[in-house]
Amino acid sequence: MTVFLQYLANGLAMGSVYAIIALGYTMVYGIAKMLNFAHGDVIMVGAYVSFCATSYLGLPAWLAVVLSIAACTVLGVLIEGLAYKPLRQAGPLAVLITAIGVSYLLQNAAQLIWGATPKNFTAIVSFPVPEPLASLNVSAVSITTIAVCLVIMAALMWFTGRTKMGKAMRAVSEDKDAARLMGINVNRTISMTFAIGSALAALAGVLMCSYAPVLQPTTGAMPGIKAFTAAVFGGIGSIPGAFIGGILLGIIEAMAQAYISTSLANSIVFAVLIVVLLVKPAGLLGRYVPEKV
Amino acid sequence: MSINMNPAMNRRSLIAGVTGLGAAGILAGCSDGGAAAEGSASAAAGGFKIGSIGPKTGATASYGISVTNGVELGCKDFSVDGLSFECKSEDSTGNAETAVNAYNTLVDWGMQALVGPTLTGPSVSVADQCNTDRTFMITPSASSEDVTAGKDCVFQICFTDPNQGRNAALFLAEKYADEKIAVIYNSGDAYSSGIYTAFTEQAKASKLQVVSEESFKDDSASSFNNQLTKAQAAGATLIFAPIYYTPASVLLTNAHDMGYDVTVMGCDGMDGILGVEGFDTSYAEGLLLMTPFSADDPASADFVKAYQDAYGETPDQFAADAYDGVHAVAEAIKKAGVTPDTAPEDSCEKLAAAMLEITVEGLTGTLSWNDKGQVEKDPTAFVIKDGKYVQA
Repeated sequence: MTVFLQYLANGLAMGSVYAIIALGYTMVYGIAKMLNFAHGDVIMVGAYVSFCATSYLGLPAWLAVVLSIAACTVLGVLIEGLAYKPLRQAGPLAVLITAIGVSYLLQNAAQLIWGATPKNFTAIVSFPVPEPLASLNVSAVSITTIAVCLVIMAALMWFTGRTKMGKAMRAVSEDKDAARLMGINVNRTISMTFAIGSALAALAGVLMCSYAPVLQPTTGAMPGIKAFTAAVFGGIGSIPGAFIGGILLGIIEAMAQAYISTSLANSIVFAVLIVVLLVKPAGLLGRYVPEKV
Repeated sequence: MSINMNPAMNRRSLIAGVTGLGAAGILAGCSDGGAAAEGSASAAAGGFKIGSIGPKTGATASYGISVTNGVELGCKDFSVDGLSFECKSEDSTGNAETAVNAYNTLVDWGMQALVGPTLTGPSVSVADQCNTDRTFMITPSASSEDVTAGKDCVFQICFTDPNQGRNAALFLAEKYADEKIAVIYNSGDAYSSGIYTAFTEQAKASKLQVVSEESFKDDSASSFNNQLTKAQAAGATLIFAPIYYTPASVLLTNAHDMGYDVTVMGCDGMDGILGVEGFDTSYAEGLLLMTPFSADDPASADFVKAYQDAYGETPDQFAADAYDGVHAVAEAIKKAGVTPDTAPEDSCEKLAAAMLEITVEGLTGTLSWNDKGQVEKDPTAFVIKDGKYVQA
């Protein structure tokens, strides 16, 4: 039983990392209707900024996190302005390819700046874990990640549901042209979406590397893809969907590794995804919207 | 690292090879003619041309950068009166097809010997090309038996995977026979699974108690909590992990965070772990590894210093193997009486014959080669104590 709970705790910890990344994916997709494949690489940049701030400048952890959020926000808005904005009228495929290009650009730029040699990321938080949890190998990082994930999800739901900017975002998501006619500045709204998405990416980067401490230019790529899977799993565009998708993906992965096979874990995760999408094509919490012709 | 080759890729490699042959033919034609600009330009430079291939970008870039730096430094150090080296390196991005393209670029440049590629997958493809084109090749770090099998002009500097696996099991049987052993290996990587297979065979023969066998793949190498939980539940007191140092640093960090007190043992891929930036090296105390090279060894001091001055990093075994690769080529050239003006096909036959006779006092031990192209040298086991390698 203890061993089962340990696997469950491992799965929850990894799942909450996927969930935070998936929230960023789903946010940008839900509003700008584009798949930002560079999201995983913004995560990597966020982690590097925080690593440099603590290791080279000797800054305290909280300041490093703030710095990395600021850097990623600026980076996200820059990417959007330089790479995606000129393609606003182009087809979705052009934007998708551009996003893949931006992803490679970020990876190679990171290699030029920080080198290819992997760095070991020191966990950003550490505090003594209370007893029943400590014996299950639940780390301070896992508790923090899950808590941060819940807070972010609640904040995002409040923001998109209650604030003026949030309403503008939902309007843009529904129909860009109609939103423009209603006096909403579409470009600014989309920039804002990217700013929020990238700030989340910075947080995700710091927490992910605290949990899985290898930092190299390709660090963000695979978790990015898995988190995207999680977002689709939960229903892309849906904020609670991304959260549930991420957590479930982490738990399924851990259980598959524990009780079936460590090498087949990924195949099992994706097999589950296929089954879910066959039964519910829009994902667990996604709404199926028929295309009107 | 293994790269899956599908039939389509094989076909394309073949086409690339034919193109490569064509290019080599044109080049040979130039030298025969004697008056062609390209032929005379390479003769005027007068150096023996050594090419190198490794991933300089992408996830495995650190290995490729070490290898190409090692070759570059070797070309500088082993250039003496009467024999100078020119070197050029190309990026394979860790991909077999790109490596064959890189090889063709080097052939066009006039390469006379190849010290590379770095990873197993690309090396197998490039070795096939070399064997067809009759280009002399010595790989510093590709350790699968498939690289040299059936190719008389292809040699290795590093141990073969099965050799390492057997040696590791014999070492454990001799010194740690009472431990309960868990194996954690990378099932998606030819190096790691090659060692694993040979290790399990020898472990059975030596009656080691292997209680758990777990694997992972590159895309899940960022956390080992589940594998460690399994090993702990099985009561393992020693983990044999034939994996590279980057995932190994994660493994050690995870084990420490879990409070799992276990001895970890690795092979030569573990070398470099003390240099991982940000890694708390106290977690590596007591780590066992079998590696032919140690940067702390006084005998390597000159090389380590020259490397640090040139590239600002402490060399790992990839760099040392590459340096030894150039050393071996230099010795073989002396033995065979090859000059920079010898035609590549002739020099290939002569160098390959000389390789079987020479003995090289290298950074990674005393090296000699058998007729399969495999190196023969003694493995050394080290244990990390106070942040230094100490012989175990």
